[in-house]
Amino acid sequence: MFEKIVEIVVDQLGLDNADHITPKTSLMKDLEADSLDAVEIIMALEDEFDIEIPDEEAEKFKNIGDITKYIKENK
Amino acid sequence: MNLTGKTAIVTGGSRGIGKAIALKLADLGANVVVNYTSSPQKAEEVVKMIKDMGRDAIALKADVSNSEQVQEFIKGIEKQFGSIDILVNNAGITRDGLLMKMKEEDWDQVMAINLKGTYNCTKAVTRKMMKQRSGKIVNVASVVGVTGNGGQANYAASKAGIIGFTKSIAKELGSRGINVNAIAPGFIQTDMTDILSDEVKKGIMEQIPMKELGMPEDVANVVAFLCSDKARYVTGQVIHIDGGMAM
Repeated sequence: MFEKIVEIVVDQLGLDNADHITPKTSLMKDLEADSLDAVEIIMALEDEFDIEIPDEEAEKFKNIGDITKYIKENK
Repeated sequence: MNLTGKTAIVTGGSRGIGKAIALKLADLGANVVVNYTSSPQKAEEVVKMIKDMGRDAIALKADVSNSEQVQEFIKGIEKQFGSIDILVNNAGITRDGLLMKMKEEDWDQVMAINLKGTYNCTKAVTRKMMKQRSGKIVNVASVVGVTGNGGQANYAASKAGIIGFTKSIAKELGSRGINVNAIAPGFIQTDMTDILSDEVKKGIMEQIPMKELGMPEDVANVVAFLCSDKARYVTGQVIHIDGGMAM
């Protein structure tokens, strides 16, 4: 699950590789994603895992670990 | 200007300004989706004219004020054409009347088609364009959205709304290579202005420095420019095509 999420993040942000990405990594602080990137990543995750992530939940995510936890619990 | 291989959607493309835009984009090489709601035969005529130029074209019915219909409409285009490069939000109606006499449904209908329709279609293509990292969106506003016009409070409000919408979306999508602009036609010879009385037309003429009504092709030429690479660095603008009515 975590690996798949990282794969989507890397793809959406056009990163060279997934080195240094851990559950503690923040999309915006560490990977310099802007708010539009964040929306795109959430939408891509919704498609991939066939779930709906409400905006108020998405706003609480601090790092990729939070995203992984949410998807695991709600899938 | 060259639009070869681009996929363009023109809402309300069966007649008037929309038809001229559809034909102009096709003339420059684009494949065109001609959206319509009430004139299937006229839409098919436009499609035939485009196919005669050797481009791909299709007439698709969708009520732009209905978000479900719009989503299906856009999904169908993605499937058939692959990319969506150009969206021209042209579909619009008038329900004129003085405010004191304006019915709530006249207000609601004009807002639903002119303003909400622009929101629905823009939202539906945004994801695709963001992924492509390219796209051109042109929203058809109006000179009366800038100046106001007695008897057209609903229409003017919807067109002023389109201008605010255009500028906001230009800010949101600028970093993704998507240009979002509006045009503000003045009085153009179409079905919409043919119904005006001679007295009204005379009054209008006095406000136009160039002393003549515009032609749909005058509008289409500017739209074509905004949809081309030549307008690469132009976004969030309102281009007037009104013979100098509003400056």
